[in-house]
Amino acid sequence: MQILKLIFKNAFRHKLRTGLTVLGITIAVLAFGLLRTVISAWYAGVEASSATRLITRNAVSLVFFLPISYREKIRQVPGVTEVGYSVWFGGVYITEKNFFPNFATDAKTALDLYPEFVLPENQKKAFLRDRKGAVVGVKTADRFGWKIGDPVTLKGTIFPGNWEFIIRGIYHGARKSTDETQFFFHWNYLNETLRKTAPYRADKVGWYLVGVKSPDMAADVAVAIDRLFRNSLAETITETEKAFQLSFISMTEAIVMVIRLVSYIVIAIIMAVMANTMAMTVRERMGEYSIMKTLGFGGFYIAGLIFGESLVIAATGSALGIILTFPAAGIFGDSLSQYFPVFIVSRLTIYMDMAAGLIIAVVAAILPTRRAIKVRIAEGLRRIG
Amino acid sequence: MDNAAPPIVEVRSLNKSYRRGNEVVPVLEDITFDIGQGEFLALMGPSGSGKSTLLNLIAGIDKPDSGSIEISGIEITSLSETELAQWRASNVGFIFQFYNLIPVLTAFENIELPLLLTGLSRRERREHVATALEVVNLTDRMDHYPGQLSGGQQQRVAIARAVVTDPTILVADEPTGDLDRVSAAEILDLMDRLNIESGKTIIMVTHDPKAAEKAHIIRQLEKGVLNADSETHL
Repeated sequence: MQILKLIFKNAFRHKLRTGLTVLGITIAVLAFGLLRTVISAWYAGVEASSATRLITRNAVSLVFFLPISYREKIRQVPGVTEVGYSVWFGGVYITEKNFFPNFATDAKTALDLYPEFVLPENQKKAFLRDRKGAVVGVKTADRFGWKIGDPVTLKGTIFPGNWEFIIRGIYHGARKSTDETQFFFHWNYLNETLRKTAPYRADKVGWYLVGVKSPDMAADVAVAIDRLFRNSLAETITETEKAFQLSFISMTEAIVMVIRLVSYIVIAIIMAVMANTMAMTVRERMGEYSIMKTLGFGGFYIAGLIFGESLVIAATGSALGIILTFPAAGIFGDSLSQYFPVFIVSRLTIYMDMAAGLIIAVVAAILPTRRAIKVRIAEGLRRIG
Repeated sequence: MDNAAPPIVEVRSLNKSYRRGNEVVPVLEDITFDIGQGEFLALMGPSGSGKSTLLNLIAGIDKPDSGSIEISGIEITSLSETELAQWRASNVGFIFQFYNLIPVLTAFENIELPLLLTGLSRRERREHVATALEVVNLTDRMDHYPGQLSGGQQQRVAIARAVVTDPTILVADEPTGDLDRVSAAEILDLMDRLNIESGKTIIMVTHDPKAAEKAHIIRQLEKGVLNADSETHL
């Protein structure tokens, strides 16, 4: 107990130095936590994906569509429970700055296949009844102040024109990791319009959403679907929703890698700062450690004092950094919600923050401890006075 | 050597040198002497004569190049670092010129420090510390930090810390070197009392002839050699 007291007293003996080091660690852990949260946000779609959902798209590229006629053929593949479809609409609300993901989709199936989009039953019915109806995530609705019954006009980019919708439903995510920024409407509305304005673009979908009975069947079902359309005009690639999401991330893998690297560099820098603090501390206290050795305290105790002090400083900084990560992530997430629909500090990030704090403390204390233990008592005592 | 008391410290053919660059500087050469149980010995000599080095060797905080030191039948020069630390904890009390108290601990906590290495309970430790504080007459200052005490009071705390484990020998390196005359006299009286009333064996290094007068025996070191004719019995 007395040793613990000594560790705490030593840690806050040089208040300015300890305060600045704690501040540095706080900022580093905060930065590390935010950068890790950015990476998590990047992978949010992957995390939210279901193992019982497959995506079938054009084998050449996602920008090439698939015929609507494929739906019935896919439905007949053993193991398939439901088949829905979507088209990336790419509509703009007033200006491009107001970006949010919007899709034309097979409304009923989409709601069945995505149970994590929680929509009240009356809103669901209203949406299904209204050809121009749209459902929007609560974050996007809040962002633009939309309420049920509000008319919304999107300017088409891929499908030119002004497209009018009525908000019929506002969904909430079943989990924290569910994207609450999406906007989707009836594919029929898009298709019927295209039949009149651009018939060659009608009766096509961007991708199929395929529900399978169990995750174990996913691989076989995917192979079976692709086999169906081999040597056709529009060959397909079917993959799990997770792999589909990962294919998007792979396009920006370099950015993710840089962010990850920067997060480690931040920790490495603060590790050097902390090591410097501990080196100065131990050099100043070499005489005291020698006194303790003289009194019979062995290397184990001296190491305990130095590692303990390092741990107290690093733990204080890390704890503050972790606490501050939550409000900072809230502000960050709100201001960048159009880019990162899911921006939550995960449990893994907190564990990594803690691990970073521990590593900082241990690494910073190794060399000073070695020196304090190795120095001869007589030499250490000469430094006093 | 005409000590009546049986020897508690037996130093035999002790040699110690330091390396300064490529040069080997001998500090102690062929030192042989005994210290009897309950003696109060003063080691004197000019600066650089090796008296502090000899004290450090006897206290087990440094190792000789050759020779042996036997204390209460234990050959300390053959002990490992860990064994030596354990031996010091229970056999040696240290009094330094600059008190060497831990500044962030109170007088009570400083005195309690060596007891943390014993198996004593918290209550037993408190009792031991209270006794040591009474011996040095500082019970009313037990909650003060070293910075709140005068030099003489700090040295009394250091003495209490040295005796709290009831060690076999007390070693003191210039214990009055940093004190004014009045405080120095108080400290020497206290050491004298510890020697007479508690029978503590004391080995004291000093420059000060007045301090040395408190000792029973004075030995002179000159250029690392113990002057055979220098032994003075007071």
